[in-house]
Amino acid sequence: MKKNSKAFYWMALPAVCLFFIFHTIPVIQGIIYSFTNYKGYGDYEFIGLKNYLNLFQDDRVFASYGFTFKFAIIATILVNVISLMIAMGLNARIKYRSTLRGIFFIPNILSILIVGYIFNYIFAFFVPQIAEKAGINSLTENILGNPDLAWIGIVIVAVWQAVAFNTILYLAGLQTIPSDLYEAASLDGAGKWHSFRHITFPLIASFFTINMVLAMKNFLMVFDHIIALTGGGPGQATEAISILIYKGGFQGGEFAYQAANSVIYFIIIVAVSIIQIKFLQKREVTM
Amino acid sequence: MSRKVNWPLTILLIICSLFILFPLYLTVVTALKTPEEMGQSLLDLPESFHWQNFKEAIRLTNFFHAFRNSALVTVFTVAFTLLTNSMVAYAIARNMHRKFFKMLYYYFVSAMFVPFPIIMLPVVKETSFLGLNNMAGLIFLYIVYGLAFNIFIYVGYIRSIPYSLEEAAYVDGASTWKVFWKVIFPLLAPINATVGILTCLWAWNDFLLPLVILNNRDSMTLPLVQYVFQSQFTTNYNLAFASYLMALSPMIIVYLFAQKWIISGVTRGAVK
Repeated sequence: MKKNSKAFYWMALPAVCLFFIFHTIPVIQGIIYSFTNYKGYGDYEFIGLKNYLNLFQDDRVFASYGFTFKFAIIATILVNVISLMIAMGLNARIKYRSTLRGIFFIPNILSILIVGYIFNYIFAFFVPQIAEKAGINSLTENILGNPDLAWIGIVIVAVWQAVAFNTILYLAGLQTIPSDLYEAASLDGAGKWHSFRHITFPLIASFFTINMVLAMKNFLMVFDHIIALTGGGPGQATEAISILIYKGGFQGGEFAYQAANSVIYFIIIVAVSIIQIKFLQKREVTM
Repeated sequence: MSRKVNWPLTILLIICSLFILFPLYLTVVTALKTPEEMGQSLLDLPESFHWQNFKEAIRLTNFFHAFRNSALVTVFTVAFTLLTNSMVAYAIARNMHRKFFKMLYYYFVSAMFVPFPIIMLPVVKETSFLGLNNMAGLIFLYIVYGLAFNIFIYVGYIRSIPYSLEEAAYVDGASTWKVFWKVIFPLLAPINATVGILTCLWAWNDFLLPLVILNNRDSMTLPLVQYVFQSQFTTNYNLAFASYLMALSPMIIVYLFAQKWIISGVTRGAVK
């Protein structure tokens, strides 16, 4: 093995170089830009922590963090509750099991952007039309056009799409549980809820951790959904952090400022993921 | 426990599945109607199939061109990802006892937590400086950005392969390269399928990276074409839906044939 070890370096080297050039250098550059007043073109100079200080006084930035977290937390909870329920249903003694599994996975293979356009149309025409016929006045307007309700539309689309993936993961988790455990529990007189609480849930705890962390991380980075549904509007009601960085950085001449925003965004995502993993894994052990 | 089918649950799940199928149904019927027919009812089946919408949408979006772009990007991305990422992972997996490779592993895997926006602005500068703000650059970036997650799952899989097979090959005088291509790569088939599927879905459906990297109308991929199309022709929903349906259908068709495989592949990829 020692004789051949050179080859291992050659196998890894090109990828390491490319990864460094196209991933690590941009990360470093982003951090460097965040200390300048670069607009994306022309000259620039270092301005120290000014961008960071300004970020903390920017209402638009605060609003985007507020929206993103509200959206991500609600969507993460909904996705996990719904997909766990569907996974349990699909794992039970049902008919057409594989067909139903196939159907529930479909959203995961579709482009979020296009799914978003389709839902955009549903919210704009179909829902109001049905609401009018049914006499539900509060829904006769397009919810995406209402600054207070537009986020709900985005949650619906995000959940519709993300449930597919999480369901499959939970299903994989449920299949690792031996069925004689349930039989033993039911002989001991345990009810449905009891066996869920004391058998199912503890045994899929690691899947729960993965799903929560993945979902939260993905939802914090939400982009396509919003472009397709509201473009960040109405006003700036649904402007997620990634949308703000994209708009401000490429179109608003705020290249360096949004680079600083990206750095903060990065730190927050890492922190949230680590806290989640720590917290959820502790639960895994104690239960 | 009885072996009986749980019918109430089956029916409940069928009702739930309508939430998935309904938007797709609406897409199909809308794509096949005329605007006048839509005025009467959004939900009904069309009286006659209005294939004209598809023809018009193909013309307006230059569909086949965008389809070709998406297909090229996806095929090259998947092929090169499988060939290159598995190789790096092999080098790392078999040398985890060495500090250098162990460090590499964490270097790559830690990138999973870097959100795209932090590199978005600089990487656009960099690719346009290098003349890579085109499809070739896009393929390149997909291969490189896939490394983080792919190395994570390849390494896990390769470490579960017993070393004795390679040892036998080494005794026969094979080089490390030969061992990789002749012994390891074929053994990676299941995990290659997983990585291939996930990469394929990603490259085909991705919107943000093409949006910021490609600056030439000619190299637009399907999601990007829908975006441009949407902002230019917002009034004719029948045309728009015909266009959406055409952009979605390749993956749906692939899915219909490879359903089992795709689901098990995704499970394996994510659970590792």
